[in-house]
Formats: sequence, C-alpha cells, structure tokens
Amino acid sequence: MQYYTDLILILDSTVRLAVPLLLACLAGLYSERAGIVDIGLEGKLLGSAFGAATVAAVTGSAWLGLLAGIGVALCFSAVHGLASINLKGNQTISGVALNFLAAGLTTFLGQAWFQRGGMTPQLGNDQRFTPITLPFANELADVPIIGGLYSELISGHNILTYFAFIAVPLTAFVLFSTRFGLRLRAVGENPKALDTAGMSVTRLRYQALIITAILVGIGGTYLSVAQSSGFNNNMSAGRGYIALAALIFAKWRPWPALLVCLLFGFLDALQFRLQGIDFPVIGQVPVQAIQVLPYLLTIILLAGFIGRAVAPKAAGIPYTKER
Amino acid sequence: MSARAPLPRWVDIALLPVLNVVLAFLIGGLIVLAVGQNPLQAVGVMVYGAFGYGTGVGYTLYYTTDFIFAGLAVSLAYHAGMFNIGGEGQAYLGGLGVILIALALNGLHWTVMFPLMIVFGALFGAFWAFIPGYLQAKRGSHIVITTILFNFIATSVMSYIITRILKPEGVNSDESAPIEAISRIPRLGEFFSFFGRSPANLSILVAIVALVFCYWLIWHSKFGYAMRALGHNPVAARYAGISGTRMIIITMAICGALAGMVAVNNVGGVQGRLILNFVNGAGFVGIAVAFMGRGHPIGVALSALLFGALYQGGQELAFSMPGITKEMIVTIQAMVILFTGAMGDMLRIPLMRLFDRRATAGTP
Amino acid sequence: MASTTSSQRLETAAAQAPAIELRGINKHFGAVHANKDIDLVVKRGTVHGIVGENGAGKSTLMSILYGFYSADSGEILVDGQRHDITDSRHALALGIGMVHQHFMLVENFSVLENVVLGAEDSPLLGKTLSKAREQMKALARDYGLEVNPDALIEDLSVGQQQRVEILKALYRGAEILILDEPTGVLTPAEADHLFRILKTLRDEGKTIILITHKLREIMAITDEVSVMRQGAMVATMTTSETSPAELAEAMVGRRVLLQVEKGSAKPAEVRLEVKNLVVADDFGIPRVKSVSFSVRAGEIVGIAGVSGNGQSELLEAITGMRNIREGAIFLNGKPLALTGDDAAADARAAGIAHVPEDRHRMGLVTGFQEWENAILGYQDKYGSGPALDIGGAKAAAREHIGKFDIRPPDTELKTANFSGGNQQKIVLAREMERDPDVLVIGQPTRGVDIGAIEFIHNEIIRMRDAGKAVLLVSVELDEVRSLSDRIIVMFDGHIVGEADPATADEGELGLLMAGVTHDGKAATVGTTPDVKTVTERRLMEMNPQQISDKDAEP
Repeated sequence: MQYYTDLILILDSTVRLAVPLLLACLAGLYSERAGIVDIGLEGKLLGSAFGAATVAAVTGSAWLGLLAGIGVALCFSAVHGLASINLKGNQTISGVALNFLAAGLTTFLGQAWFQRGGMTPQLGNDQRFTPITLPFANELADVPIIGGLYSELISGHNILTYFAFIAVPLTAFVLFSTRFGLRLRAVGENPKALDTAGMSVTRLRYQALIITAILVGIGGTYLSVAQSSGFNNNMSAGRGYIALAALIFAKWRPWPALLVCLLFGFLDALQFRLQGIDFPVIGQVPVQAIQVLPYLLTIILLAGFIGRAVAPKAAGIPYTKER
Repeated sequence: MSARAPLPRWVDIALLPVLNVVLAFLIGGLIVLAVGQNPLQAVGVMVYGAFGYGTGVGYTLYYTTDFIFAGLAVSLAYHAGMFNIGGEGQAYLGGLGVILIALALNGLHWTVMFPLMIVFGALFGAFWAFIPGYLQAKRGSHIVITTILFNFIATSVMSYIITRILKPEGVNSDESAPIEAISRIPRLGEFFSFFGRSPANLSILVAIVALVFCYWLIWHSKFGYAMRALGHNPVAARYAGISGTRMIIITMAICGALAGMVAVNNVGGVQGRLILNFVNGAGFVGIAVAFMGRGHPIGVALSALLFGALYQGGQELAFSMPGITKEMIVTIQAMVILFTGAMGDMLRIPLMRLFDRRATAGTP
Repeated sequence: MASTTSSQRLETAAAQAPAIELRGINKHFGAVHANKDIDLVVKRGTVHGIVGENGAGKSTLMSILYGFYSADSGEILVDGQRHDITDSRHALALGIGMVHQHFMLVENFSVLENVVLGAEDSPLLGKTLSKAREQMKALARDYGLEVNPDALIEDLSVGQQQRVEILKALYRGAEILILDEPTGVLTPAEADHLFRILKTLRDEGKTIILITHKLREIMAITDEVSVMRQGAMVATMTTSETSPAELAEAMVGRRVLLQVEKGSAKPAEVRLEVKNLVVADDFGIPRVKSVSFSVRAGEIVGIAGVSGNGQSELLEAITGMRNIREGAIFLNGKPLALTGDDAAADARAAGIAHVPEDRHRMGLVTGFQEWENAILGYQDKYGSGPALDIGGAKAAAREHIGKFDIRPPDTELKTANFSGGNQQKIVLAREMERDPDVLVIGQPTRGVDIGAIEFIHNEIIRMRDAGKAVLLVSVELDEVRSLSDRIIVMFDGHIVGEADPATADEGELGLLMAGVTHDGKAATVGTTPDVKTVTERRLMEMNPQQISDKDAEP
C-alpha cells in the first residue's frame, strides 16, 4: 500500500511538473507547424510568469494576472513576428534575443518595482489559482485504489492544469479537423501552395503566433500564480527549451506531445523522489543522470538513431514571393 | 531609377551597425527612465565603475577577456553558416580540462602550467563542440538545437563531476580542490599595481592572440576562405571543391576550443578552482558580442570591451543606484542581439531611401 | 473519342465571346521586357497551345492571367468582361485554374486535403472533406482523373500528383485550365494519359491553355496555337492548318546568325569521353539516359536542347558536381572516379575547368570580393602552407581584369555589385586562365549584355585554337550554332541527333530539340540530303494522333 501511495504521489507531481511543459510545447507546436521556429518559448514563459505575478500582486486578481501573462507573451510574439515575418530576419536569433530580454527585464523591473531582489510580492491564496476539489473527492478518498487515484491524482489541481489537459484534444481537433488547422499545417510545409491559392501567408503565421502566445502565457502564469505564489528570478529554468525538445520528440503532434511532456515531468518528479535512496547493486542514482535524460533522448532522436524527427518543411524559412 | 543602388560601403560597415547599437541603448535608456531612474546618471556611474580607477579597469578587462573568447566562438561558426549557441557548455567543459591537468600537475610553475591549461581547456571545449558539429555534418541534426541541448547536458554532467568527484572531503561549497598559487595564472596586478586586486590576468594576452589568430584564420588562410565560401553559398563551396562535412566539424571544434579559453581565464586564473556554474552566462554574452561585432575580430574586440564595461559598470551600478540592477545589462544585450542580429535590416530600407534621394538630388 | 471535329468546334466557339482575351499586355522585370504588347484570344471549349522557346515569356503571361503577377499595362477580358485580376483568389473566382510546372502541393497531406486547401466551405473540415470526396468521385468518373483520395502526395507518382493539381482546379470550379509545361516531368505513357484527360475536359466544354515548347504535343492535342518569341506574340494559327516545320520556324525565327570569326577546327586526340552515362536529378529521376560522346582537343562540341532535357545534369556529372549512376567518364583515356565530397576538386585537378550554367547559385560567392571569386576552386594553389597568398590572388585577379576587360577594375568590390556580364567574365577568366585540358561551359552568355557576348564568344574560340577540348551547353540555338564545330542535340536525356553547324538547318534543329523524332537512334540531320528529305517527308505526313501513339512506346 505504501508503494501505491508513493506512486500516486509521484504521478501527482508528474502532472504538476508537466503542465508548464505541456502548455509551452503546445504553444511551440502552433508556431512551428506554421513555419516559425520559436526558440523564444523560454523567454515568453519567463516574461509571462513575471507579468502575471506582478499584476496578480498589484490587483489581487489571479484572472487579471492571467490576462497580463498572456499580454506579455503577445508582446513578445509581436516582436518575433515583426522580425521573422515582416523583416524576414533570422528566427533563431530573434528567439535567442527574446530569451535574454525576458531574463533581463523581469529581474530589472522586479527589482525596480518591488525591491525584493527581483522577486514579486508573495501572493495570498485568493490571488492565486488554487486547487479545485472535484465532486466527491473527499468522500471517495478512503475507497481503496480508485479513491487515492481520484482524490489525489485527478482532483485537487488548479484550473490551469485542467485547461492544459483539455488543450491537447482541442489542439488535435483544431489541427486536424478544422479549416484553420489545415491551412496552418500547409503554411508550415509549403507556403507557396497557399499563396498560389490566394491566401495570405503573413496573416496565417501571425494567427499562429497569437495562439502560441496565449498558450505559453497561460504556462507562464501557471508557474508564478498557480504552482508557486509569486515570481522568482529565472523561474522558467529552461522549461521552454525542454518544451522545444519535447516538441521535437513528439514529432510536432499533440497527443505524443502530451505523452512526452508527462514523461519529462515524470523524470523530473523522480529525481526529487530518488534523492538519497540506495538501490541494490547500483547504489544511489545521481540526480543529474535523470536530469540529463530528456536532452540525451532528444539528441539521439535528432541524430536519427530512433526514428526520424522531420520538422515542418518550411520551418525557419521566411516566405518571400519570388519573381 | 529602377534598381536600388547598394548602400555606400561605410554606411554598410560602420553606420548601420552603430545605428542599431544606438537604438538598443536608446530603448534601454527609455526603460530606465520608465522606472523613474535617470539613465544619464546611470551611464555616468557605469563609465566611472568601468574605467574610473585601476581595479575597475581590471574588472572590465577580466570580463572583456571572457567575452572575446565567447564572441569568437560564435563568430567563427557564423562565418561558416552556423549558429553556435553552445559556447556556454563548451566553456564549462573546458573548465574540466583545465582543472584536470592543473590538479594532476599541481605545484608546477605557472609558466609550464599556463600552456598546458590552454591545451587541455581547448581540447575539452573542442570535444564538446565537435559532437554537435559531427551530428550536423553527418546526421543532419540541426546545430542550433543540439548546441542548446549540449549546454544543458554540460550543466548536468559537470554538476555531477564537481559535486560527486572533484569536491574534496570537508568542503561545503560545490567546487574542486584549489590550484596552488604557484601554478595559477598570475594577475595583472602582480605586474602593475594599477590594476589592484582585480581579477584581470595574463589570459588577456591569450585573448589578444586569439583575436589575431582568428583574424588571420578568417581572412588570410585557406581554411578561412573555405569557411566563408561555405557560409555564403554551400553550393558554390562544393563547386570549389570544399568539403562541407569536414569544414563544419573542424570549424565547430575550433569554436569549442575558443570557448574553452573562458575556462582558462576563470578556472586557471581568477578562481583557481573549478566552481559550479563558473561560466555564468559569459558564453551567451558571446552571441551579442559576435552580432554586434559583425563577426570581425576587431568588431568582436570592441564589442567585448563594451560589454566588459557594461558588466563591470553594472556591478557598480547596483551599489550606487539600488533602483537599477545589473540585469539591465542583460536587457541591453538582448536588444543588441535583436537589432544587430534578427532585425539588422530594419534600418536598411529607410537608409537606402535616404541615400537614393541624395543621389537623385545630386544628379537631376 | 471526340464527338465533333476540330473545325466544327472552332465554329461553335467563334459564335460566343472568347473565354479569354488579352489586349496589349506588357510586363517588365527590371530591365527585361518579358511581355511585349501581347494580344491573345482563346476561344471557349478549345485547347489552345502556346509555344515558344525558354524565356519567350509564356509563363510570365500565364502568371499575369492567373493573378500571380500584375501586368504593367494591358487588359484582361474573361467571357467578354473586363477584369483587373489582382490575385490568384480572384482568378479562381473567375473560373481560371492553373496547373503549375512545379506542383503547388503539400507533400505530407492527403490528396483530399490538398484538393480542398483554400477552398473549404466551412470552418470544420468533416463536411468539406466528405463533400470533396463525393465530388472527386464524380470528377474521376467524368474525366478519368482517378487518384486515391486518401493517399499522401509524397507517395504518388509525378503523373498522379499532376492529376491532383487538375482536380484542385476543377474542384474550385475552373472553366479555364492553364497547364504550364505539363509533360516536362511525365513519362510518355503518363503524358498520353494526360492528353486523354485534356481531350475529355475539352469535350465537356472546358477551355484549356497548354504552355509547352514541345511541338509534338501541340500537334497532338491543340485546336489553335499561338507562338511567342522573345516576349512577343508572333503568330496565332489553327493547328490543323499548320505544320511542325512552320511552327518551328515561327518559334526560332529567321534570325541572322551571329557572326563569329573562326577558322576551321583542327580536332586532335580525344580528350573527354563519356560512355553510357546515366545521371539522376535531386529527386532520383534519371535525367541523362545512357549518353555517349567524345570531345577532341581543338574542337568545340555544342549541346543543343531545350533546357530540362538532361544537359544540366550531364554537365554537373562531368564536373564532379553530381554522382553518376551508370557509365563512365574518361579524361585523356583514363577513367575518372568522381564521387564523394571532393569530386569537384578531383575533376578540376584532373584538368576539367567548369563554367557553370548558373553563376549565382554555383559559380560565384556573390558576397565575396572580386579577387576572392577570381580564385574560387583554385584557392589551394595560392600559398604553400595554410596561409592564403592574398597578394598572388589579387595579382591573378588584376590579370583577369586586364585580359577580360572586367569593369569596374576593382579587385576589392563585392561581386554582387558587378553587372551580369562582368560577373560572367570573372568566372570565365578564372576557368580559362588555368590552362585546362577540357573546358566545360554552360550558358556562357546568359544574362550578359550584347557587348560582352562577342568578347566571350571570341575567348571560347581562342581556347579551342589553343588546343583545348570545349564542351558547350546553351539554350540559345544561335550560340551553339555559331560557336560549335559539332552539334549534339539532347532531348529527354538522350542524344537524338548530331549535326554539322555549317550545313544544318535551323528549323530542323528546332524540330530535333522539340523531340520530333521517335526512334531512339541518333539521326543525322542536314548532313546528307537523303536524310533531310526523309525527315521532311515524315514531317509532312505526320498525323498528330499517330505521333502520340508512337511516343507511347518506350
């Protein structure tokens, strides 16, 4: 029974740790499917975490915080769009610049506004997205097996978590069952096919960037206003990059993205759990060995040793109507 | 006039980049203004902090040294048509090479140790860049993604090695055993009292040699010729009998070796030991330095000096003006990358119009 | 198959307003006048051919009609109504559909998805797709356009992909269908199938505009044909009242042969020999199909042909830029093994100099200074160690500038800032000044101003007279004729004829280039009167139906 409880607990933290990854990963999915490489996910995640925490602290409303988080991500997307769609600049460089911009501005503004070494004020529970207890969770808690599963794993998360998981089928639906999704996928593969059919490549790509901003904005808000109670320096901690790796690993598909993000979240949860535990034969498993797994797996995948990750064909290439 | 005339050379080489950098700083100034601080006062504090007294100059030169190496590591790859975001990890791995040889031969006189540390720092850094280079050349894995991932892998690997293997018994902080004083690279202050106790050390000479070497390599060697041909036009490079595979792998390895020199400056010189996360973003500053310097060693030297002054001045700023943190520098760094890298052509079209009009006005 | 005869069809069509009428269309690209005052009338329910050599302005004209470019001046009438076609969507709304030469398909999409892309009638795909599926069935039934709607494009053959493009246009309700060089990528059997489809479409009342440079196709399928030459519309004829010979003449024109002063060739030993060479393009499709020939020292062998018939791949294979699939290349009797990363360097080292067809893509690094391009490919010869001998390189560059009159005479100017002619001279000077055994030249005067052409031609002759073996490829028939000592005509990857430029008739060369021979064997044209009459007789007797039938045999 102890093992089962442990498992439930690990899975529970897996879910918590996977949510920001999943949101950022789905965000990247929209933009890369439309042909815009987004190295700047990390910066957007960080920037919106800061924006959300700041507004939540000032206004006392988590929802306004969420709006601010999305707003920050939209601003970042606008700069990225200007650089990579209108000015036909290098998308990678633009993304890298945005990551630094977020790292610099969040700390600088945080210190200037709140004088707490870059942190935002501690948020009270009414200023945050707090866990929601699903119906009958408490009543069922003592039922063996299912009780723990339902009350711990399924119930007791905040609304952003549920949104993240709903976003997966939603994305799958949008991508594969709607007109918008069809065009989005086409513009990332062969923008000329759309252009010759009389559709605007620029408009579609901006639309994709807007969705990206909304999703990653929610992800950033989750970090500072749901998972924690306030913003810390560099609190995205490379999650934007892991989300990119997850996106590659999932081969730019929503359902595999869910699985990969859960896997990466699980590895994250595991490393906390395994600290200081001696295993027979191997002894202690170093934390770093688990930390490094998502990156190693992605490298091996990229090198074509396990299957092949083929990016949308037009990703990273500015579209120019040729003469 | 149907076809637009190209911009005059001096505009292309000097005016446009300077305008882009000025734009970056202007926006930085506006942000400072927006939080109710005086940007001019801030500039004053920073200039004094960076150049106003010996120790300050020493710190500026110490940062400059790091940024030269990191900037060259990005520039060289860029000439060959690649974006090396992995300078951070390559420098970190370089630290392992430096500390391994230093601890193995601890106590040796620095005149012998210094070259050895350079070689081992270069080898380890080169190794960490070689793998992404190999994967790009032979397996088609995109170098941007792999170098980013290799930064993270370096963080984990090095953190394991430092905390589990190199950390001596009874030491609390995460660092290796120290290098004996006699084996460490001497500080400039030991020769010139002007620099006080600042960390600037003889590694700066290596940086100057690296600048000259890269200048020679890029513009005066057959290798550099091949590298630039590949970066400009891979098809023409193949036509010229240049092997893309070989060039990518070797260029990346050289970039890694250059990044590894950051470790010589820090591990072999300033800190005298391998400290967790000692690179501390210097590898990333190299990206801004490279774009601002347009990949030219002279430009890299100037922009490394600018960023060195910004980083040292930024530290000073934190003491004198508590309202401004040194992270403002990272913001400016971001803006520099954005305007000189991704949006480098934003001002080109207005400038072209301007020069077009002048040309037409001149010849009615 | 057709229920009405061609003349009946034309009579009925004449009674209605024409499907398309173009009046005075002009289009410039920079200094190039791509379309000059074009007038064109395309009658409803007919197949209208537009022929012309490469660069005659056919594709530009059609892109204007399809709204992809806008004309500088002129009017477009669709069904007698004037329209300003601003974009492709507008053209589609007017019932104009286009099948591009390079397909505009999303490769990892299904056929169905490609067909509906951009023409979805509701925000949700489900209904659109099921409707499209039904409609595709109907179209397949009516016109023989059978494609599996669920197949991915990347798994389809080129012919099937083209059918998807046609389906796309029809699904959007196209009444007028423009096909740009539709058979360029097709096998003869696929081309036949396409023609059957086009005939059915026409008989159902659709109007078809067929852009091609292959006279055989014009004769086989069109009702009327318009000929374009150098941006102008030179003739419109009823197909049944014209002949391939007449069309070929209109296409090529009675141009005055460019006079190049040259003595007679003194061919010596064989320098370059190619045996049974098979070369595939980037997509793995064979483009050179068992080609054999040789070039002797002191002669210029010109390869004539419409571009895209394997000449480019042949040149690239000989110069180490492309792997050969079968066959062998011999230089001075020794086999050349050109594989791997260093193949181009090996070919150069063996003594083959290469002036590539596309200097911007291959022959120059336009971001380099002039002197750097003056040594491209020979960079290792400058300086003994790892250092580059810049002084030596610049001296060579200055020498090239002097000898070839490259302007401006500035070794440090960025190459992109030189004019096309001077850029070409940079390449030519570099390759000619190396004293190679074999000089391979592709499109020596493409995009070069008149003044430089003569100079370049004289230099090529000078190389021949210096005892070099010169292999020349050009889409300019004039150029091939005036320079070459022997002409080889390539069509569809084969050598279809060899001719003596002194006696060969331009019209007949044009016919050969257009693929109007159907035995795979090399026919000698213009050298013996016998063959000439045979060819002529064959042309006169030619019946369109027969040609396409014969061509269907592999």
